[in-house]
Amino acid sequence: MKFNGYKRPDGHIGIRNHVVVLPGCICSAGVAQKIANKVDGSTYLYNPNGCAQNSRDTAMTLEILSGMIANGNVYGTLIVGLGCETLQKDNYLNAIKAKTNKPVYYISIQEVGGIQKTVAEGVKIVEALKKDAEQCVREECDLSEIILGLECGGSDPTSGFSSNIVLGNTSDRLVDLGGTPVLCETPEAIGAEHILAKRGKTPGIGRKLYDTVMRCEKLYLDAGEDVRNVNPSPGNKASGITTLEEKSIGCIHKSGTRPFSGVYEYGQIIDKKGLMFMDGTAYDVASVVSLVAGGTQLVAFTTGRGTPVGNAIAPVIKITGNHDTFIRQNDMLDFDTSDSITGVKSIEELGEELLKYIIQVCNGETVKAEDNDISDVAINQLSSYC
Amino acid sequence: MINGLLMDPIDTVVTVTSPIFTGEDVTFLLEGKEKTIKAKTDIPIYHKVARKTAKTGDIVLKYGEKIGFAIDDFNIGDHVHTHNLSSILSSKKDK
Repeated sequence: MKFNGYKRPDGHIGIRNHVVVLPGCICSAGVAQKIANKVDGSTYLYNPNGCAQNSRDTAMTLEILSGMIANGNVYGTLIVGLGCETLQKDNYLNAIKAKTNKPVYYISIQEVGGIQKTVAEGVKIVEALKKDAEQCVREECDLSEIILGLECGGSDPTSGFSSNIVLGNTSDRLVDLGGTPVLCETPEAIGAEHILAKRGKTPGIGRKLYDTVMRCEKLYLDAGEDVRNVNPSPGNKASGITTLEEKSIGCIHKSGTRPFSGVYEYGQIIDKKGLMFMDGTAYDVASVVSLVAGGTQLVAFTTGRGTPVGNAIAPVIKITGNHDTFIRQNDMLDFDTSDSITGVKSIEELGEELLKYIIQVCNGETVKAEDNDISDVAINQLSSYC
Repeated sequence: MINGLLMDPIDTVVTVTSPIFTGEDVTFLLEGKEKTIKAKTDIPIYHKVARKTAKTGDIVLKYGEKIGFAIDDFNIGDHVHTHNLSSILSSKKDK
């Protein structure tokens, strides 16, 4: 089996062909949005950061934004800065150059001279980028090129015993095909660290998985918080999830049964194949963003209660094991696994169907989050979203 | 009719897959055989019902793993949730 994707000059493979307009900081966001609105088919990537952050958070912002631009789904980018912000033109261009050689342009409002002139100049650049992007054609790619984020949000107990188990089966299939599923959300492995520790491909990887989860739990304790008092969320509890251990053990089901081949930092570029773990957040949007910065071309997102979360760069496939949620919130959900609960279909059948659907999405079929232009951005800040 | 899921044979709780009213049977499969618990209270869909009695402090198992401990005694057929089950707090667990 193959899929048709975009082969980028930096070696990455894309399943979308975005021309991105990114504000360099929140002050230039309105102007950047005007530019994107004026060029049909361009993609606005919201960015609330880039200024007035401590140096660690500034570095995190740059790591995530440069990673998202380097994602194979992006053809090229215009960054619209204000001019006086912390993250300057060279900060952006150097960080991006370290990850990709694709076209990236930068203009600033203070240098160009106000809103109208910046919009006019920005539109020219984005139109030219768009014209070039349209020359790209999809080519046959091996399924081993797929990097698939594994994420959940708005969970209910069906996530743990239906959608996550089906996604785990799909994840196993992708690993067997040479591909790269990536589990994230470190706080939602708390209580399941002993299980992850046994799933490292080597004892060293197992140890690193364990230590990553323990470090996360300690971050909360150091901040005076017992994470097990604040997670699960009120919605998780209302639906029947009682403790963080219960949520976590259900959560890691979506990584299937294959061994973990590596552990990556938040937003770090994923450069090897096989099942991976990324040190992400419990806040699902900040976690999706880190996966996309790491290079996942798409994200498989399970939910029991329903959520519209999307990402400008990567399709976010919504999968639910709660049939009632699938029917009632159908305009934001893509795949129903509830047949695994009623016994109408086996986990294996649904896992294979989900893989086929993922390949269709790789070939260009849009998901509900894309149809609805949903694009959310949150970047972890000194553990505040941890 | 099967209306409960036992994730692992050692589990002390069963998850119900339809809303259960007091006195109704929860039926689930244990190693291919149907087993039944009579619900002592109403149990909302996807919530847990006890298949073993527990004393305060006892470990509760789901997915074959520890999901917390009882903070109140409960009997077979009782609803198991935040009123009688708690996480093993980070600050209190054995290192």
